[in-house]
Parts: sequence; structure tokens; C-alpha cells
Amino acid sequence: MSQQVQDQLLSGDPEGGEGEPALALLALDAWHRAHGGRMVPFAGYEMPVQYEGIMAEHLWTRESAGLFDVSHMGQLIFSGPGVEAALEALMPADIAAARPGNPVYSLLLAENGGILDDLMFTRRDDGSIYMVVNGACKWDDIAHFREHLPDEIETNYLEDQALLALQGPKAVDALSRLIPGVEALVFMQGGLFQWQGHELWISRSGYTGEDGFEISVPAAAVEALADALTAQDEVKPIGLGARDSLRLEADLPLYGHDLDTETTPVSAALGFALKKRRREEGGFPGYERIMAERETGPILKRVGLVIDGRQPVREGAAVVDADGTEVGRVTSGGFAPTAQKPIAMAYVPAALSAVGSRITLAQRGKIHTAEVVQMPFVPHRYVRKGA
Amino acid sequence: MSRYYTEDHEWVEVDGDIGTVGISEYAQSQLGDIVFVETPDEGKEVSKGDDVAVVESVKAASDVYSPVSGTVLEGNAALADTPELVNEDPEGDGWFFKITLSDPSEVEGLMNDSAYAEFVSKL
Repeated sequence: MSQQVQDQLLSGDPEGGEGEPALALLALDAWHRAHGGRMVPFAGYEMPVQYEGIMAEHLWTRESAGLFDVSHMGQLIFSGPGVEAALEALMPADIAAARPGNPVYSLLLAENGGILDDLMFTRRDDGSIYMVVNGACKWDDIAHFREHLPDEIETNYLEDQALLALQGPKAVDALSRLIPGVEALVFMQGGLFQWQGHELWISRSGYTGEDGFEISVPAAAVEALADALTAQDEVKPIGLGARDSLRLEADLPLYGHDLDTETTPVSAALGFALKKRRREEGGFPGYERIMAERETGPILKRVGLVIDGRQPVREGAAVVDADGTEVGRVTSGGFAPTAQKPIAMAYVPAALSAVGSRITLAQRGKIHTAEVVQMPFVPHRYVRKGA
Repeated sequence: MSRYYTEDHEWVEVDGDIGTVGISEYAQSQLGDIVFVETPDEGKEVSKGDDVAVVESVKAASDVYSPVSGTVLEGNAALADTPELVNEDPEGDGWFFKITLSDPSEVEGLMNDSAYAEFVSKL
């Protein structure tokens, strides 16, 4: 027996490979091991890929609450005069109009409109911008910001800050028991809270499609907070394996897999990240190419596929035409624990991107068929205002 | 009847010239939740070491090699609908295929229970 396809989470890992610098340890490293976490290299860290098993952890998160350690992600603070305009020169967000305390999804764009990273930023009341970027990209992002932002803008990497995500329908019950007041937040809203003398930045957001929270906590307090959370009956620790299957079911693209410098916001079906004022005024990298692509439509477009049969089709499989020529590519794929069938994200020719289109795939010498479906594969359960 | 193991974590249980093949308890524990198994068709001629089956977990696909040479008698049809049998009973109901051995002496190069247990303990 031999493993043909590495865990998606491990492939394309720029910092965890052989011959690379030693892996960094998370503030919760010993905690993960004590809780039975199976540790793997990811984004330059040793991270828990699973505890009791990906399927069980995935389903637990969908029905109760899962605690994820996402401290590998980069937490940055930008400050200085004109910080909104300076960052707008690098991304298509309407930062000036972003309401303080409300996280916004955006993209860091290359000069040609390719995607350097996807991220969340939040305007803070003090005028600074807090940003969370992907762990595997953070050092490149920081270098990019330092190179392209004016000298008067300060970029601070919050390396002593850990990040937890508590996700699932019972996350609010568990967290509000420890930190009263978080239940008043709605999806994509955040605030500062106190817990045992520590200041926490908590937003009602996440990357699983479930209701839940992301909690930025001083690294010195993260173990105590993880203990307090997992002491709640609703909460179990969940690994990166289930995080990947959850986000795939929720139509949430993963940088380095579904998004990279070869993809644009239009081909990646992330047009919502191109804010109206910015589309009208321009002034972000790749503006002309991206607007032209919006007009004419992209050559390739990211879609969701349900694979016929039970065999998963994974990242790297080819989308082929009737002659067997490669015309696109699967960028994420696996067996969906909630949907109980194999699903995938793929880039397909625009003519094949409509819901209901039949797609042919080639993987390891075998042909598979699939149908383009509406994403998300599993409905989002965010708690929105007025709901 | 005797059971033999490969270093790639397949097992074969031999009864006369008929072998039943699967993956070990250790292998299933490493793979995690199994969601799909592709077994070989009846009549397929295989050589020792050929990749003859595929097992897919939530996170990865793995090839399964035949521990012996011979002709496939049948694949385990139950795995088509219940691949999780491999997690539940890898060295029993979760078998992959049965094969008529063309050279029963090939098993002499494989590990017995205790040798395999020692092999796994060092991994």
C-alpha cells in the first residue's frame, strides 16, 4: 500500500517541506499533543491534522462546536496617516467605507490582477486596520506590504497573539457562558472583550459555513482559554483535516489551492470582493485586466462539482474535453462528510460553468464524470442581523 | 490457514491455493475514515507487487499492492456500498479480494503475525 495523494493540506506547503528551516511550534503545541492531536507540518508549523478522526470531527462541528487553533495565520496591524488609502492601493476593498468593528473579506492583488492572498481586515475604532492573512503566505505578505506601503504606514506583525476559531451551532452557547455579551454579535461583527484579565478581540466569523467565532487572544493566555472552552460539553478540539472538508463544503476557497497568482478575482468567482466604488474609481493592482475580464467573462471559472459515484476526485485531476484534452483543473476535492458524496472545486471553461453542466475528469488514468452544482454544497448557517 | 503481511501493510490469508487479501489494522488506523475502495475484477491476472486496488480515505488515496501472484477470484462486493467495513474490520469482513495463487511459495518472503507486529512497532 502506498499513499498516492498527499493530504491536500500538506501539498503546496512552501515552508514545511524537507530541507526547509525547522518547524515553529504553536503556543498550544503541548496542548494539542496532550489532547491526542496528530501533528503534521503545515505553513511552517507543526499543526494538528486530526484528533479522533476527520469524519467525526467534521460532523461534530456541524452539530455542536469545534475548537480550531489557527494561530499559524498572520495577525497584522497597520497604522499611520492615510492607512485606508495606502491599503486600498493594494486591494479592491472599500476600506474607507468599512464600518469599524466589522470584518471584511478581501484580496491582496498582484500587479497583473493575480491573487497574492485572501484575507480579512477590520477597521478599529482607533483608526488602525487589523488584518488576518493566511499562514503559508504571511511572510510574503509582510514583505509585500513593507515594500509597497508608504514609509509613514507602520506594519506590525502580532507574533505574540494566538488565534482560535470556535465553530458550530452550539459555539454561541459555549462561548457566551465564558464571555457574556458575545451572543449579541452578528455574522461579520466583532468587538473587544475581557476574559480573566486578558483583552480578546472576538468576531462572529469563521471558515466552516457554520455560525461561530474567531478569537484573537494573547499567546500567554491561549492554553487557559482552550482549556476553558473544551471544558464545555459542546466543545471538542478539531484538526486541520476537518477544517479543510468543512470549508470545501461551504464554498470557501483555500489559498494555494483554489486561489493563487494565476487566478483573478473574476475567474475565482470572488467578484463580490471588488467593491462598487473601487470598480468605478479603479486604483487597485490589475484593475484594467480585471475590469476587462468582468466585461467579457473569464476564460476559466471556479465552480463546484458533485462527482458521480463514490470515488473522490482530488486536487490536480484534469478537467478534459471530448478529445481528452485538458481544459481545466480540480483545485480541491474530497469526500464530503455532511453531504455524504464526493465533491470538488474546479476551474472549468466558462462555457461549462453553468449549473447543470456535465464535466469529464481524468485522475490517475481513470475517467470520472461530474455535474456543476450551486455552491455552497452545505447551506451556510451564519447568524445575520435581524435573523 | 496462515496469515502473512507485507511491508506495505497488506495481508494475505492462505487456504490451500486460495488467498484472501486486505490491509492491516495498522494501515486502516493510519488512513483514517475510508470512503471508497476499488477492488480488482474477477479473472484479472496479477503479479506480486502489482497495484491492484485503491483505498481512499477522507484525506488521501492509496494504492494496494497484491502480496502474491495469481488470478483474481472476486473482489469484495460489500465494499462498494460500505467501504467503512475496512475501518471496522480490516482483517475480517473488510477484505479486498480473493485470489488463486500461481506460486504459493511466494508467501515465504512475507512476514508472519509476530514479525509484522515487530515491524509496525518500529514505525
